[in-house]
Amino acid sequence: MRLPISKGGRLAGVSVVTAVALALTGCGGAKIGASGDSGSGSGKCGTFNIAINPWVGYEANAAVLAYVAEKELGCKVTKKDLKEEVAWQGFGTGEVDAVVENWGHDDLKKKYIDDQKTAVSAGSTKVDGVIGWFVPPWMAKQYPDITDWKNLNKYADLFKTSESGGKGQILDGDPSFVTNDEALVKNLNLNYKVVYAGSEPALIQAFRQAEQKKTPLIGYFYDPQWFMSEVKLVKVNLPAYTPGCDADAEKIACDYPAYDLDKIVSKKFADANGPAYQLVKNFQWTNEDQNTVAKYIAQDKMSPEAAAKKWVEANQDKVKAWLPK
Amino acid sequence: MAVTTTTTRPAVAPATARRGRRASRPLVVVGILAIWVVGWLLLRHRDTLALGKADLTPLHRWINDVNDTVGANRNTSPIFLYFFNEIRLVIDTLVTFVQGLIAQPSFGRPVPVLGWLGVVALVAYAAWAFANWRVALLAAAGFVLFGLQGLWRESMDTLALTLSAVLVALIFGIPLGIWAGLSDRFNRLITPVLDFMQTMPTFVYLAPLTLFFLIGPASATIATLIYAAPPAIRLTAHAIRSVPESPREATESLGATRWQTLTKVLLPLSKRTIVLGANQTIMAALSMVTIAALIDAPGLGKTVIKALQTLDVGTAFNAGLAIVVMAIVLDRVTTAASARVEEGRRHVGGRAERLRRPLLAAGGVAALVCAYLSYTYVWAAEFPSGFEVGSYVSRAASAVTDWAQGDVGTVTGGIKEAVTVGLLNPFQGFLSDSPWWLVGAVVVALAALLGSVRAAVTAAVCVGLLVATGLWQDSMSTLAMTIVATLLTMALGVLVGVWMGRNRLADRIIRPVLDAGQTMPAFVYLIPFLALFSATRFTAIVAAVVFAAPVAIKIIADGIRGVPETTVEAATAAGSSTWQLITKVQLPMARQALVLAANQGLIYVLSMVVVGALVGAGALGYDVVAGFSQNQLYGKGLAAGVAIVLLGIMLDRITSAAAQRSGGGTIPRYK
Repeated sequence: MRLPISKGGRLAGVSVVTAVALALTGCGGAKIGASGDSGSGSGKCGTFNIAINPWVGYEANAAVLAYVAEKELGCKVTKKDLKEEVAWQGFGTGEVDAVVENWGHDDLKKKYIDDQKTAVSAGSTKVDGVIGWFVPPWMAKQYPDITDWKNLNKYADLFKTSESGGKGQILDGDPSFVTNDEALVKNLNLNYKVVYAGSEPALIQAFRQAEQKKTPLIGYFYDPQWFMSEVKLVKVNLPAYTPGCDADAEKIACDYPAYDLDKIVSKKFADANGPAYQLVKNFQWTNEDQNTVAKYIAQDKMSPEAAAKKWVEANQDKVKAWLPK
Repeated sequence: MAVTTTTTRPAVAPATARRGRRASRPLVVVGILAIWVVGWLLLRHRDTLALGKADLTPLHRWINDVNDTVGANRNTSPIFLYFFNEIRLVIDTLVTFVQGLIAQPSFGRPVPVLGWLGVVALVAYAAWAFANWRVALLAAAGFVLFGLQGLWRESMDTLALTLSAVLVALIFGIPLGIWAGLSDRFNRLITPVLDFMQTMPTFVYLAPLTLFFLIGPASATIATLIYAAPPAIRLTAHAIRSVPESPREATESLGATRWQTLTKVLLPLSKRTIVLGANQTIMAALSMVTIAALIDAPGLGKTVIKALQTLDVGTAFNAGLAIVVMAIVLDRVTTAASARVEEGRRHVGGRAERLRRPLLAAGGVAALVCAYLSYTYVWAAEFPSGFEVGSYVSRAASAVTDWAQGDVGTVTGGIKEAVTVGLLNPFQGFLSDSPWWLVGAVVVALAALLGSVRAAVTAAVCVGLLVATGLWQDSMSTLAMTIVATLLTMALGVLVGVWMGRNRLADRIIRPVLDAGQTMPAFVYLIPFLALFSATRFTAIVAAVVFAAPVAIKIIADGIRGVPETTVEAATAAGSSTWQLITKVQLPMARQALVLAANQGLIYVLSMVVVGALVGAGALGYDVVAGFSQNQLYGKGLAAGVAIVLLGIMLDRITSAAAQRSGGGTIPRYK
């Protein structure tokens, strides 16, 4: 029973000796603070709070902006990992200055831009967002006419799963995205049932396996998305979108609109009109640019900072155009 | 019934009445179920109260409006300016201070006050001083591992946040627990509140919290605290209540004041259980690491979430492993500390105690030297790179995932189909396609028959409120999955629990695996599961079983071990085979443990409803997640959260009452 004490005693003795030895030998090591800390963020830019919404394309935008703000403008950049709703909420409380890739979100725009007046738009990023129904490439090759929604009922049997109750399964995904799919299935008289995968990783995993094992799958997806450069999903064409066709949520029978992905900033940040705000306002690039940086992060496993550095160094002319005049 | 010697409290109903009713009870139950089947056949798809995923009820819209109003008044309302802001300030300061000590550059230094060497030395020393040298070694090894994994700073951020949350939880939890232990009325009042805190999905209050306490450490700490405080309160109350009457009465008869009775008798006697409460609070706090990262909580959770955005299972696993190791270290240290409290009470002032003093002093000096070194020198402050094992861990985990994605999927797909078609689909069909009033009536009748009148009343109220949430059909789908998952949990629990209970070696090997199942962030293992079972309800059920089975297994193993040695020996001597021994002696005598395991299994399964929705469960969990993500669905998400709580309370009260009636004794109400 008392054995631990004697061992513990030995242990204590050993650790004292080791510690003293370390103290003596350690005196040769570098001391903290000797090298001097380079005081960054001393410019007139001040602190720049940028929200990081949880998807890689967003991270690509934010990484490049943060890199330029730090290196070119001398800002002290704070990145905050937040979901969209929480990030927008942060405009009012002063915790967030900018959201740098926004997918539609008319509800949030109404609430924070029109009603609470805590946020303003800072213009387009010139990246185009597409939302819709997609199939893995092998299916598009084997069943070329599947990309027309009119033929979907013909293939409904292929998509049956244990979850879809005898009908074809449409896999819906990320709860962050607005979906009209239940209404679409009803109004287009499709013999399908919407099943909720519930998260982006679950959706990507489903598509990845469908392509690997050549199993049938149709689901909700979007572009730009890093996964598209791994497996190029093929879009199924629903009845074309016309302005106003999605006015009544229950009667929607048309495709999703094309999204002009834009930037939203807090009103205070915009009114102060500092260099960081001008950078955000001027920031524009292309789907390809974003995909390049997203690929560095997602597939080449670079840190966002390293990915941003690589892209910025290769695209100095584009970056120049963003800088405050 | 005769073998149940462990009953702690007489059953509620008088014995005679019970015997009279019991004879016919199974028949009545079968009758009720038969009526349900007939009703289902005739009235299928009528009055199912279905609601589309994007549809809202007036209640949901009203909650949205309330939420918007609160948001709009955030900066002008005095409640915010003078109440919430003050709380935020205090907690922010606390967390930032602890972070400055061990995790983040602070006080004008490029590194935290204590470097890795200091933290490892102080943690090991504290483990040795409060527990024993074995856990001290474990603690030191565990903390060094964080550095080797390349996750030192992230781990320290997580530790700082967890410790702050636990500290605040204990500051409030222990006094509240004492109060609940002393006053029956307060106990009755606080029990449903604690149920609510533990079963309400975190996603529901995550966004409002950032509105009240802003984005930052305060919100993350409070989110953690809401989930983690209840075990401390419950176990403290339980401890105070379990102090035997005699010492209490003795002190009171000697004329001690209430304060003296409390500090001199009640608290010392319940110290061990209170430490156990602190232990459970730490575990619960660590299980919140990934969720809190969604509102910018620093630490390992962020690493997990970032990695999963790119389906990088390896990196996520590496960070998940650090969380598991931290949980195991903290668990073993606090458990050993509580055992020491017990031991220390028995041998005060022995020879060992006298020897221990100088040793402790010497160890303390050594730890302080290390701390000083890590304050002063770079090599002791920043974990040396070059011994990285993190990348190997990541690569191994990725390899396993790839393997699972490749070949095993076909076999596991078959299992999924069998369970879904054979059990889940018919059961869910029964529950969600029957008219709501039929299901409601069946539930209330079963509660009355198997439990008590009181349980039936609770069930009736819960059914009514479930209808009011507007999410009846989703609730029934979730209920079906919950029950199937609980059945699987119990099957696994009995299987492994009996094995562990009968075999010490098996226990020692399996226990860390169980700990990992409880603390590994679910999504890390869910990605490979998605590969095996695709995004289905079955995947969600498996996830729930992984989380809930460890609790059930531990409780059952404990129960089996609790069967008196003499009884087992007598049965063996009488020529019982192993099978007979287990089924005729050990399991029946561990009946109370089985009931407790089922009850806790249910609650744990329910706490995975939201996680399950991330991999295909749909139903209530999906409503909650969507409500967190989409502004216009907020009200619906909140209603879904309430529905999950209602299901939890209903199932808990029915099973508790059933257990009490069948002579299984009362269920200790703690996690």
